[in-house]
Amino acid sequence: MRRSAITGVGVVAPGGPTREAFWEMITAGRTATRRITFFDPEGFRSQIAAECDFDPRAAGLDDQEISRMDRSVQFAVAAALEAVHDSGLTLEEVDRDRLGVTLGSAVGGTMQLEDDYVVVSNRGQKWLVDHEYASPFLYHALVPSTLASEVALRFGAHGPSVVISTGCTSGIDGIGYGHQLIQDGEADIVISGASETGISPISMACFDPIKATSRRNDDAAHASRPFDRDRDGFVMGEGAGVLVLEEFESARDRGAHIYCEVAGYANRGNAYHMTGLRPDGAEMSEAILDAMAQGSIRPEDIDYINAHGSGTKQNDRHETAAYKRSLGERAYKIPISSIKSMVGHSLGGIGAVEMAACALAIDRGVVPPTANWENPDPECDLDYTPNEARRTPVDVALSTGSGFGGFQSAMLFARPAELQEVGT
Amino acid sequence: MTQPESFTSLPSDSRRAVITGLGVVAPNGIGTENWWEATKAGTSGIGRITQFDPSQYPVQLAGEVDGFEASDYVDQRVIVQTDRWTHMALAATQMALDDAGFDPADGDPYRMSVITASGSGGNEFGQKEIQNLWGKGPIFVGAYQSIAWFYAATTGQIAIKYGMKGPCGVVVQEGAGGLEALWHSRRNIIRGVDFVISGGTEAPIGPYALTCQLTNGRLSSASDPAKAFLPFDERANGYVFGEGGAIITVEDRGSAERREAPKLYGEIAGYGTTNDAFDAKQPTRDGGQLERAMRIALERADVAAEDVDAVFADAAGVPVADAAEAQAIKSVFDGRDVPVTAPKTMVGRLYAGGGALDVAAALLAIRDGVLPPTINLEQPAEGCDLAFVKDEAREAELDTVLVNARGFGGFNGALVLRRVT
Repeated sequence: MRRSAITGVGVVAPGGPTREAFWEMITAGRTATRRITFFDPEGFRSQIAAECDFDPRAAGLDDQEISRMDRSVQFAVAAALEAVHDSGLTLEEVDRDRLGVTLGSAVGGTMQLEDDYVVVSNRGQKWLVDHEYASPFLYHALVPSTLASEVALRFGAHGPSVVISTGCTSGIDGIGYGHQLIQDGEADIVISGASETGISPISMACFDPIKATSRRNDDAAHASRPFDRDRDGFVMGEGAGVLVLEEFESARDRGAHIYCEVAGYANRGNAYHMTGLRPDGAEMSEAILDAMAQGSIRPEDIDYINAHGSGTKQNDRHETAAYKRSLGERAYKIPISSIKSMVGHSLGGIGAVEMAACALAIDRGVVPPTANWENPDPECDLDYTPNEARRTPVDVALSTGSGFGGFQSAMLFARPAELQEVGT
Repeated sequence: MTQPESFTSLPSDSRRAVITGLGVVAPNGIGTENWWEATKAGTSGIGRITQFDPSQYPVQLAGEVDGFEASDYVDQRVIVQTDRWTHMALAATQMALDDAGFDPADGDPYRMSVITASGSGGNEFGQKEIQNLWGKGPIFVGAYQSIAWFYAATTGQIAIKYGMKGPCGVVVQEGAGGLEALWHSRRNIIRGVDFVISGGTEAPIGPYALTCQLTNGRLSSASDPAKAFLPFDERANGYVFGEGGAIITVEDRGSAERREAPKLYGEIAGYGTTNDAFDAKQPTRDGGQLERAMRIALERADVAAEDVDAVFADAAGVPVADAAEAQAIKSVFDGRDVPVTAPKTMVGRLYAGGGALDVAAALLAIRDGVLPPTINLEQPAEGCDLAFVKDEAREAELDTVLVNARGFGGFNGALVLRRVT
């Protein structure tokens, strides 16, 4: 069976527009949540978010790319540039016919769609909007496939390219898709991850009526409180995570730095409710067990769990139940954390940012913490790595995600057996 | 070791993906057989837009599904929380399940999946809510915006309605997504899933959705439905957009045979997908990457080009892209006059729904031994001199059919369908 090695990591995240800035921030336990600055949030229920201070020129985009790309696409290109550079691959030497792109996003080019809508409708006054006022690349925002096509264009990738849009599991599923392309021999290298920029009025407004987002507007830095008793919803974020997945043997043969490999990936649906989760976590547990079985991983092998940990009441209970159900007593002993406490919840993007964090945790032997964890919740009684990072060897990391639509995903990253130190 | 209750998603060479049910909602017919009769007869569903007054726009034609009543197929409770694109998918899903003779209540929930293609999401719903937001204020945005507009809404609603807990997915490749969804269904079937609801629909006919589409520079502004969407013709001047699509049930062959599925329309035998990576907006004149997708599909299916009995073309309607496809077809078939047809000339380009609808047409063509026509094609453009099935359906012995689909952004897909023997 062909295996997928992770040989490059790129991140655009709130508080850290590069991989290293991101890692420094989340291992320091700092939060990047703040009152929204992108628009005036007055009148919204949730007025806080984790925004990126992103400079597309500094990230390597040219003027025309900046002009035509929605912010989410810019993020993806920036993270992909960083990941490919990190991989040490020389594109000129890569068979571009075998280079694929799989990227996730839940809401695609919403930001530009909304910006243009304001103009063509003259602030919501006209239903029959004035098309003359549309920006020349508006179609690129309508079709979220642009995320993949622009990255393919930038890298000359002629292999399979596709966008995966499974709500808030898009990030894990995007990487899982790339992994399957490598397993099945459809591609040898895949630029794989996800991107999302949902801090816009329409995205914020749609979560207000269902009370999914936090209302802790007077204390933005402490608003994202996964697994804490006083959590009151997620804090919107934005960001991108892109990994270079490479067929394992060829990565090893070229002497690439291998962060880890994909040891398992699985997805299930809860077939229950578009936004609700079954309290017993049965379907997420099933995804976890499937991923573990693929890599012959036992509960005692898992050293770190990067939780979805969105900070809604139901999610954190659901996920805690799923870990107990799938891992038994071992669930109590594994350090778990939700980096959403620091970088917010970038919907379809966050799963890939979290997989980047898992790759770095394995590579560097550090588990990032859950910030803002102060008060235990009796229904969330596992070790959530409160507030401070831990230095500890991580050979196997599990990450999970839940998405609107009932999607439940699990992915395992592992240090390859041949690279594990024996007897230490 | 702890094992999942259901199965471990690792690929197995012994599993095969077959298509067992079709459901169609198309501009020239609602219901698979209605649509197929119209398609064989060359009946066009393209006309002036009626869903809104298009007078102020340079494009006024579309392939609309007339007479589609969501309430005929979907509960009122679900109708209000979903967009038209999802309504059409839910309708087509029930038709496909009926056709497959399958009641999901009889299936193992974890071995049933939903994997659809999505192109542009819930356009009408989204425009209404964004209009509420900017025209009235944030508190006027409805509670269902968060689940109606996003691209995963259709897959999520189908999975919930039918209790499907297997690996679910949503793929986006603009007009090529329908084929990718079917192949991704196969990826899951070889990994242990028994039954997948796949395919795709699209509902892109609204003032804002049209405004967005106008900026891609590829729509025909002709006002005569017979002269608007003319792929491969020397008068080609862009495409007409349309709504609808097809939902297709894909099954593991072994489990389909065990349950004695009434129809085995064909096997998903091979697939290739590539990206032109040519330009952010302009289509390429070079059919090389489409040709490569076709060759990969044939190789995976272990089918020689001379054994392909017909090609359902992507048929862009944009001269440069038509030339690229014609070049790719000629090159793959090396001068052989393989019959080529483009029934989408009757309905327009349905984006995520288009590839799936062409697959439905190809499967019924295999079943009935008849190739539906390409309509309105008079004089092929230079270089586009293929063996088209023009004007009228043609009888043909068909065992293996190749379906092409492309998407804005350089996406190329080719799928090989084979009669189940």
